[in-house]
Amino acid sequence: MFAGVFAENFLVQAAVRGEPGLRECALALVDGAPPLTKVVAVSEAAQRIGVAIGMPKATAAQFVGVEIRARSLALEKSAHAALLDLGWSISPRIEDTSADTMVVDVAGLGSIFGDEKAIAGELLERGRACGLRLNVTVAGNIGTALVAARGIAGACVIARGEEAARLSGLPVGVLELSLEMAETLERWGVRTCGALTELPVLELSERLGQDGVRLHALARGEAARAMAVAEPGHTFEEEMELDDAVEELEPLSFLLGRLLDQLCARLTARALAASVIRMRFELEPAFEKAIESKKEIVRAKNLPGVFERELQLPVPIRDAKMLLKLARLRLQANPPGAPTVKIRINAEAARTRVTQNGLFLPSFPDAQQLELTIARIANVVGETNVGVAELMDTHRADAFQMKKFSATTEERDKDSRLPAMEKRKQTAISCRVFRPALAATVELEEGRPVRICFSGLRGEVAVAAGPWKTSGEWWRENAWQQEEWDLELEFRAGRGQKEQGLYRVYYDWKCNGWFVRGVYD
Amino acid sequence: METAVATFWARTMGMKSAAALRLEVESALAGRVVAPFQFRERRLVETAPTGVAEVDALTGGLPRGGLTEIFGPVGAGKTSLLMAALAERTAAAEACALVDARDAFDPEAAGAAGVRLERLLWVRCREISQAMRATDLLIQGGGFGLIAVDLSDIAPRVLRHVPLNVWFRWRRAVEETQTILLVMEPEANAKTCASLVLRMEHESALWTSTAGNSRQTEARLLAGRGIRVERVRARRQEGTLMRRMDGGEMEEDGTSFEAKVVRLCGEEVNAETQRAQRKKRAGKE
Repeated sequence: MFAGVFAENFLVQAAVRGEPGLRECALALVDGAPPLTKVVAVSEAAQRIGVAIGMPKATAAQFVGVEIRARSLALEKSAHAALLDLGWSISPRIEDTSADTMVVDVAGLGSIFGDEKAIAGELLERGRACGLRLNVTVAGNIGTALVAARGIAGACVIARGEEAARLSGLPVGVLELSLEMAETLERWGVRTCGALTELPVLELSERLGQDGVRLHALARGEAARAMAVAEPGHTFEEEMELDDAVEELEPLSFLLGRLLDQLCARLTARALAASVIRMRFELEPAFEKAIESKKEIVRAKNLPGVFERELQLPVPIRDAKMLLKLARLRLQANPPGAPTVKIRINAEAARTRVTQNGLFLPSFPDAQQLELTIARIANVVGETNVGVAELMDTHRADAFQMKKFSATTEERDKDSRLPAMEKRKQTAISCRVFRPALAATVELEEGRPVRICFSGLRGEVAVAAGPWKTSGEWWRENAWQQEEWDLELEFRAGRGQKEQGLYRVYYDWKCNGWFVRGVYD
Repeated sequence: METAVATFWARTMGMKSAAALRLEVESALAGRVVAPFQFRERRLVETAPTGVAEVDALTGGLPRGGLTEIFGPVGAGKTSLLMAALAERTAAAEACALVDARDAFDPEAAGAAGVRLERLLWVRCREISQAMRATDLLIQGGGFGLIAVDLSDIAPRVLRHVPLNVWFRWRRAVEETQTILLVMEPEANAKTCASLVLRMEHESALWTSTAGNSRQTEARLLAGRGIRVERVRARRQEGTLMRRMDGGEMEEDGTSFEAKVVRLCGEEVNAETQRAQRKKRAGKE
């Protein structure tokens, strides 16, 4: 059995899917270069008030309450991809017939969804979740399924042997006639499939050729053909072109939310989730604003026309709200910097996480919540100031790099199986560092520090240990050569009392100066 | 609220049954008190070891679901104690977070102290407001075994201006969780919001030296330092037992002032760092 799936008035549906507020409006889509811009598609509400396809844009605009939008190929592409994802969500064998039509092989799905009617209902429901209103017909052959889907609204099942009877009342237009063929049949007074089947095949063949025979078979519901199976796509992309450029983050995040909703609906339909989200914003040139000074014009010329951001997710996520929060936080910290005219969101799909936490493992932050928390903190302290410190393979002091904090359950589970760490018998004394190191003035006697001044403090050196000489990377520009000392300093604290402190101090041969690296605490 | 209850009680005393009275009191306090007659039993305080045996013996460990405050001047050993606690928690496969108000954390020293850096979320702040906000977010996020807030380098006069409700909020936020909230400051500020308050002071440094012919040939090494840890406050329910993570149990002895001297080892610092780096290189090869 095959299900023919047809999205009626596809151009309007694609536009409405991108802007759900237009669903109940009288909508007219226009296309073509001015002044030849004409209406190419109209919603039912617009048809009722008199707007028709082919009408000039200016004429359509005179109707009260008509919303006019430019036809968007990007939205149509997204809607078509959503339609195919919908098919793959239910069966691995689908045929990508045209932009608004597909065929789904539903053989063997009975044990999952029930009878053919239930399968058709499931397809309708999933289509609604993706923002598409579909006609679905389940029939014994592809031709009948497609023809009936174009002519019968909603869900329909045509049993074997009933094809001709069920198709007889449908207009011949559902057979996808060429303009010339439609005129011919109109002249003959053939308006329904039933009227066409009553014509003798031989005579029809003499007058219309093989096309006539094919149409006759289609109208009888006997046009069986093989299915051209489409390969499942792995690209999940949604894009939106904006009529007016958007500069503020609030409306931008509203649009992002809409795109993410659509993307997540598609991912959910395929039982997948996003592991990486790439956002691409095409920016409006800023020349108009930067016309005041030459300097600004130069800056405007250097502005990139595209702003891209990437969200690397620790675990695959398909929660649109969560993704929107992360995207918003990322854009708050680093906004596009110019008005946006086009948004494109691309998701790298991955299977959803199915691991279960170990029973005896200590609690750990939820991966999704952790990502959100880190993004929020990054918004407060800066993206480079939150994460995990990774020590670098060098003897240079304070050499580390920040990495993203993520520890998966699998890693912890593996670690928990390792033998327990040997208990330390003694606690090591630790150091607090000053970033950047504090410049100091040091007095020496016999090559050893005896007095030191830094940050307004003047201390006498009670004990000095050192020097420990370190150097490295002499072949590079950022070579270092230092002599480190551990100093026990005594500071006067008033009333003849003294305060003590243990500091790590070094002499930098490159800068020819003394610095305080840190304090032992 | 107490006045309202007393007035209500006086008005209805002796006229209604206990059940009816209870119902009326509950309805009168509805929206203000969740369950006025329900006894809220305090849960057993669970603690986790600090990684320093002397401090564990003194305190019983760091209370989970509570605020621990460690205060003392610069050089008092707060950072060393923090490193020991972080090493202990990260070795137990717990996620830890450090809110570093002045970006003073030394990852090298932490690695040498045994901290598993890959399990430590380090938040490098530049001012106290960032640290406060980051702490709020981390507590809200949940799931961390230990959240340490290092305010040691913030001036005491600034910390005194932190509203008391911040400490109260933090205490309430971690109350029903397994999180240890550890705050390090130059002075104690959390008052009664802290479950455990430790004062730390340093003693003189210990040096080893080898005799030389002159000062120039004399070699010295920082052998360690003594620190004095004093338990200023330990708020627990009287008569209950403190359960330690190692399975042992200790009797509650009420709030008292006890102190222990811990000897921190200094020689190990450089040697441990070099050993850790050697291991890392060997692993890469």
